[in-house]
Amino acid sequence: MSNPLIELSGIKKSFGPVDVLKGVDLKVYPGRVTALVGDNGAGKSTLIKGIAGVQPYDDGVVKFEGEEVNLHTPRISSALGIEVVYQDLALCENLDIVQNMFLGREEMSQGTLNEADMEFAAAKALQSLSVRTVKSLRQKVSSLSGGQRQTVAISRTVLRDAKLVILDEPTAALGVAQTEQVLNLVRRLADKGLAVIMISHNLADVFQVADDIAVLYLGNMVAQLETKKTTHNDVIGYITGIKSQKEGK
Amino acid sequence: MSDQITIKTGQEGSALDQIKAYGSKFRSGEMGAVPAIAALLLLLVIFNFVSPYFLTTINIANLFVQSATLMMLSAALVFVIMLGEIDLSAGVTAGTGMAVFVKLNQLGWSWPLTLALAFVIGLATGWFIGFFVAKIGVPSFVISLALYLAFPGVMLIILGEGGVLRLEVPEVSAIMNTNLAVWQGWLMLAICLVLTFAMGYWDRSRRLKAGLPARPLSLLIYKVAAIGVLGGAGVYILNLSRSLNPLFPVQGVPTVIPIALFILFVGTFVLDRTKFGRYMYAVGGNPEAARRAGIKVAKIRIYAFMICSFLAMISGVFNVSRIGNVESSAGRAIVLSGVAAAVVGGVSLFGGRGRLVHAAIGAFVISIIDNGLGLIGIPAGVSFIVTGIVLSVAATVDALSRKRSGGSLTRT
Repeated sequence: MSNPLIELSGIKKSFGPVDVLKGVDLKVYPGRVTALVGDNGAGKSTLIKGIAGVQPYDDGVVKFEGEEVNLHTPRISSALGIEVVYQDLALCENLDIVQNMFLGREEMSQGTLNEADMEFAAAKALQSLSVRTVKSLRQKVSSLSGGQRQTVAISRTVLRDAKLVILDEPTAALGVAQTEQVLNLVRRLADKGLAVIMISHNLADVFQVADDIAVLYLGNMVAQLETKKTTHNDVIGYITGIKSQKEGK
Repeated sequence: MSDQITIKTGQEGSALDQIKAYGSKFRSGEMGAVPAIAALLLLLVIFNFVSPYFLTTINIANLFVQSATLMMLSAALVFVIMLGEIDLSAGVTAGTGMAVFVKLNQLGWSWPLTLALAFVIGLATGWFIGFFVAKIGVPSFVISLALYLAFPGVMLIILGEGGVLRLEVPEVSAIMNTNLAVWQGWLMLAICLVLTFAMGYWDRSRRLKAGLPARPLSLLIYKVAAIGVLGGAGVYILNLSRSLNPLFPVQGVPTVIPIALFILFVGTFVLDRTKFGRYMYAVGGNPEAARRAGIKVAKIRIYAFMICSFLAMISGVFNVSRIGNVESSAGRAIVLSGVAAAVVGGVSLFGGRGRLVHAAIGAFVISIIDNGLGLIGIPAGVSFIVTGIVLSVAATVDALSRKRSGGSLTRT
């Protein structure tokens, strides 16, 4: 296995008297999907917000591409190539797909918006992920289904040259066929060489798409497993706290 | 990875395909100005049928001049309505600016300076409202209502006991009371056609350069031709002599028309083709998404209110030019008609959707109702009632189309 893209060690975070993360270690590799699982309140969101720079950690070391970094604002994370796709997507329904994919990073030429180049780049990004479900690039997002919206939100990260994409429950509100589409997309993202962290509550999804599974239990990283070498029951055991495997140093 | 783009962009195919594509967009709830244009045509037909005076050259010219003030105010309001906000004070801000303008002018200040001062007052007022809305979080309805209540008082103090001051600046009076020469009208039309063609051609060549499919050139030519025919008819009619006294011929396009067209063009250009315009729509559609995309939402909101007050001041200039004086109640009644015109034209009060041309069409609809019913001797009361009915129909269309196009929200 190559070097990890991002490596967290001894991450701690508390809100007042509540210790949410109690010394978490995590390694995420390029080209691999790492599923982050755990029950409600295990600390998944807090861990993610730290990487995104939205809510800095209290203690611990973060190494990105081998270098120690201090992710204390979203701007720093995004400059490193860390992109988060939140559950509520953050798309503007009144804008079309291209406009949404380039929102905040519009390309200009001759003093005006360069719609043509943006459209071309958006089309290439979607094609590189083999997206075939959208009818027209100039469709308004309001006319898209939930799965298509998720597709747009995920594809946007490719346009932004992300190295690490964090997906917060990407399949939570989707039907069967659309879940399949989105999972395929997640897989292709990793196959392009990006590192992917996917938060999920759905173990079927996790086993279908993830290479590694990291399990949080009450603020501790109780296990980081290779999907191939583990089973549903094991993972459920870790999530519920029946089993525990302190990662050996 | 091949360079071939296989995902559709909505610009492929013949002119007919484009029309079909527009039809499906229409059915999915993106109706834009179409209902308002339909209403406009319907009103033209009805009033032409019931009043022999309605489509006379003199009344047509009157209609343009009458609607210009409302149109400009409505265009101003589009900038804030698009963000899901409102500026109830737009009218009285303009009134106050004009009161300052006329008063200082009478005290002997030069008119360009005092006029500029009025626009500075407009920008400052817009900034003030924007600051309270974006930075402090006061609802725009409330803070602009406060100014709506306060500014007539300011006007009363400036204008003194009589409450009315006459405009004595011929250059400003000229806006609403003079006409272009016949050749200038045709030149104006030619400039419009050249601009339309140039913009379309520019877009097309940029698409082709990027290796994207582009609409057939014929479609652009049809469009320019259609504008040429309609605009040509308009200029021709306005160039006919409409004077009742043959010794004093009155003919030509009213001076206000090229001024209004120019402002609409610049505003539309900014909204469609600049980052600022894109961010306006983004903030109107989903402020949270805009914020996460790195857009400075508060700044955009403040700018929107400033633009609104600035354009409102232009409508104030139109108004004072037309009636020739400024009074302390200026701008109080018209602002709600301005909101109505925007909504009738297809601007969504929910934010995120609207164009300046919608405001222009809506203002025409409301002005025509007023003008037409007046011509056939129906009392003003009825005209207000009809305007109210038209507005409620337009708001219903807006709400329903929103429901329809947002229907996929509940589907997954």
